[in-house]
Amino acid sequence: MAHDSLYAAPSSSSAETERRTGRLTGLRGVLGSWDVAVVVALVVAALLAGVSVESFATGRNVQFLLLDLVPLAMLALPMTLIVITGEIDLSVASTVGLCSTVMGQLWLSSGLSLELICVLVVLLGAVLGAVNGVFVTGFGLPSLAVTIGTLALYRGLSFVVLGDQAVADFPASWTAAAVRDIPGTSIPVAVLPVLLLALVFGVVLHATAAGRALYAMGNNDQAATFAGVSVARTKFWLFVASGAVCGLVGIFWTLRYASARGDNATGLELTVVTAVLLGGVSIFGGRGGLLGVVAGVLLLGVLRNALQLADVDANALTIVTGALLVASVVLPNAVADVRARLHRRRQRANPVAP
Amino acid sequence: MSAHRRGFRFGATGLALAALLLSATACGGTTRENSGNDPGAGNQASGAANPDAQIREGLKIAFLPKQVNNPYFTVSDNGGKTAVTEIKGEFKEVGPSEASASSQVSYINTLSQQGMDVIVTSANDPNAICGALNQAKAAGAKIVTFDSDTKPECRQIFVNQVTAEGIAENQVKLISEQIGGAGEIAILSATANATNQNAWIELMKQQLTKPEYSKIKLVTVAYGNDDDQKSFQETQGLLQSYPNLKGIISPTTVGVAAAARYLSGSQYKGKVKLTGLGTPNQMRQYVKDGTVDAFALWNPADLGYLAAYAGAALAAGQITGAEGEKFTAGKLGEYTVGKDGVVVLGPPTVFDKNNIDKFDF
Amino acid sequence: MSLTDTGTPHRRTGNPPTGAGRHRRGLTERLLAVRELSLLLALGALILVTTLRNDRFLSGQSVKDLLLGCAILVILAVGQTLVIVTRNVDLSVGSILGLVAFATGSLFLAAPGTPWPVAVLLGVALGAGCGAVNGGLIAVAKVPALVITLGTLYAFRGIDYYWASGRQINAADMPRSFLRLGNQTVLGVPLLFLAAVVVVAVVGYYLRSYRSGRELYAIGSEPAAARLSGIPVGRRVFAVFVANGALAGLAGVLYAARFGTLDAAAGTGLELQVVAAAVVGGVAIFGGSGSAYGAALGAVLLTTIGSSLAVLRIDPFWQQAVVGALILAAIGLDRLLALRMAARLRGRSAHGA
Repeated sequence: MAHDSLYAAPSSSSAETERRTGRLTGLRGVLGSWDVAVVVALVVAALLAGVSVESFATGRNVQFLLLDLVPLAMLALPMTLIVITGEIDLSVASTVGLCSTVMGQLWLSSGLSLELICVLVVLLGAVLGAVNGVFVTGFGLPSLAVTIGTLALYRGLSFVVLGDQAVADFPASWTAAAVRDIPGTSIPVAVLPVLLLALVFGVVLHATAAGRALYAMGNNDQAATFAGVSVARTKFWLFVASGAVCGLVGIFWTLRYASARGDNATGLELTVVTAVLLGGVSIFGGRGGLLGVVAGVLLLGVLRNALQLADVDANALTIVTGALLVASVVLPNAVADVRARLHRRRQRANPVAP
Repeated sequence: MSAHRRGFRFGATGLALAALLLSATACGGTTRENSGNDPGAGNQASGAANPDAQIREGLKIAFLPKQVNNPYFTVSDNGGKTAVTEIKGEFKEVGPSEASASSQVSYINTLSQQGMDVIVTSANDPNAICGALNQAKAAGAKIVTFDSDTKPECRQIFVNQVTAEGIAENQVKLISEQIGGAGEIAILSATANATNQNAWIELMKQQLTKPEYSKIKLVTVAYGNDDDQKSFQETQGLLQSYPNLKGIISPTTVGVAAAARYLSGSQYKGKVKLTGLGTPNQMRQYVKDGTVDAFALWNPADLGYLAAYAGAALAAGQITGAEGEKFTAGKLGEYTVGKDGVVVLGPPTVFDKNNIDKFDF
Repeated sequence: MSLTDTGTPHRRTGNPPTGAGRHRRGLTERLLAVRELSLLLALGALILVTTLRNDRFLSGQSVKDLLLGCAILVILAVGQTLVIVTRNVDLSVGSILGLVAFATGSLFLAAPGTPWPVAVLLGVALGAGCGAVNGGLIAVAKVPALVITLGTLYAFRGIDYYWASGRQINAADMPRSFLRLGNQTVLGVPLLFLAAVVVVAVVGYYLRSYRSGRELYAIGSEPAAARLSGIPVGRRVFAVFVANGALAGLAGVLYAARFGTLDAAAGTGLELQVVAAAVVGGVAIFGGSGSAYGAALGAVLLTTIGSSLAVLRIDPFWQQAVVGALILAAIGLDRLLALRMAARLRGRSAHGA
């Protein structure tokens, strides 16, 4: 379905099928160790930064770093599941923006309590995600095209809701809560819901039949259908979950910066996709895990934070993000290619009877 | 089959519920009415100022503009660099590549982490960076804002380019002279939430109620979002919507340049007058080809220069940000801190074809 | 339900021209003609409504502004058509445009005497180079163009920012002969628009009448089948990205000539409008169908919407939302038409059997 038209590798051909199957096993080997590679890279990066960048390894910096990562980490969780099924959601940042402005507008003019507004905002996020889901699964449209459309639509609407105004008079007790530390540590409280969500998504993905079905879908929609998994329904609910998480992030973003604005979280979708791919999830679907993604998020955060502390230009940071994205998709394929070639050579060297 | 499906749907629903619960954490019923927002403790001018204190060498002063790719801020930050060199301090300029409030926060955190003595910043949002600035202040940094202010309690000094009254008076006077004191005018602004733009527009409207401007009518305010192409299109829209338009005021450097470019290539060149706030380098061509008679701006390099000196004076303890304190800003001379910790650079400079070649910024 | 008729073999263009294939081709062309016609109607209705509200919308000056305004988007949309037809997408065009525009300005700053044709050639070459980076990475990595070009979107823009480092190039820095390109009219028609018309005509003719042009559709319909039938898929896709980069480069030079004021942010976010223009113009995001003429009309329509909103004094914040809604409507419509067509074809082959 949709994803096969989108993610078709430009070079796939039946002449190559044989080679590809050969490569797939190689790919699995590589990706199995990709998780580990990301974790190692993270540890190395953190150690290097701790030693060479002044004031990196301090409690306050850990707090700053984690606070900056909360939205990214939250959005990466449902994105991981969606990419594993072979789809993509590029509208997440715009959904966060729209949720944020609606929250601001409701607070400004509706007189509702903030608790109720928060519930409504999460529901709104779920509805926005459901719109994506309906277009993708109901009408059978490619998720890339749909979510590029809603990326523009939701961002446009978020400017319609508040114009270029900002709503900022949220109660100080709430805005302070968004950045408060867990007592006695320098870890922000906001990390706890992220951990909780990570646990939920991790269990769903790695320890349930439904989770295994996601991989089946990413590998082959039709096979998954024959195996008795309703592809459309599952994907629909994934988009809903993604939207609901966007609603949560919208609330956090609004409270942390004490400001609901139309341009909140602009461009965050690239960072989310980068983190997910960096974490070893295959853009073709069917491969990857949550541990790798969490490590990918942290690696991205550590790199940016350390480079910033080392006075690296903001423009260089933009280049680094783009280059990381390209590298994280080019590298696994290139490695797999080399491995496949080595494998073939070995086979040729000592031929085995068929 | 349905087992999978049901399991999944339950999972998703459960997730949504968990999300709802998470979001509805704290105590019950915080509404706008009962939230009792206290505006903060005001500008804390702690301790006494010592006007004779020396500025010590090696002060670490960082400039954090709205974005690093904006030519206007490049010029003002270079002014700041000149000042920092004069006082033998360490200068640094950092900032996001796009003008967003949230990315400024992470830069403020970084600067405070690096132990800066003074942070000089121009706020993308008056509220969003407040928390981070207060944390930096608590960690010992002095905070100066320039060009665009935050809430007063989040910084010690705001270096204002001019008073809003000064701008409004100047702009209305310029357009009135150019259109002969009568006719319809429009304003092409930046974004609708730009704090300073809105203040200026309000005051321009007040100016227009004066008897000498009674024949001038302000028909609309258009927003070009400080985006070149958008401002260009908006100018085009203005001229089509208001056939009797005699003049446009565009108090933003991006807007006035785009409007000038549109007018210079159209049939309205020289007939519809344009003034505003622009940089001489951008406007030189249009002043010379007769599209624009005169426009105004403060000197952004002086603005950065003054902000750096204000920061150094704070760090040295010469001033604390309280009203009435005085400090000397190098070649610019002596300045007095006004109400709410505001320091005003001075009246804007008017550029026309007689003096424009003397300026290069 | 949503799953999918892409498995049915007779939908492919790469097939020998059986009776059904010929029918299908006739049908596709009719459908495309219908699309172009309906775009023209929508455009006409929009202009009519706006003119009724404000009769100056059709004045000479305003039409000139409109033609001038859409020229750059038209060129980009036509380039994007080449890419999308092969079932790829290039999101980095806005960044390529920005980079080339700034490079053009810097060229005149460094060598003020450069004749403008040299500047155009260099700009196109730089754009083609960026396109080659995209095409090369896609060929090496065998990953979707979406991911690669999303990465280069940021990489090219980052290089642009880094290079400009806050500087701005002003109209006064560029020679008059060059700036005149952006404003000059021939018989009342802006030169820029004429350039766009030439691009549309050339690409449109190529896609329709050249063997390699038709092969692009075959690639987009089914890469594997295209490869089997002997089409050099990898080479064609690479060439398409280079061509699109070159057109983005041309657009960048024209942008410099038209706007005169250049900083590193030129063209930011343009990619969305470009994809929207192509998709609204009937270029199927699945690849394999669409025409350069349709994409050009889509671009004109989007630009006209932008100007009408300003003239009608509708809150300009609606503009982006309208773009998004149009993308959704257009791909939804395409899907509907494709399903209808498939149903009709099934009906026909059932009769034939």
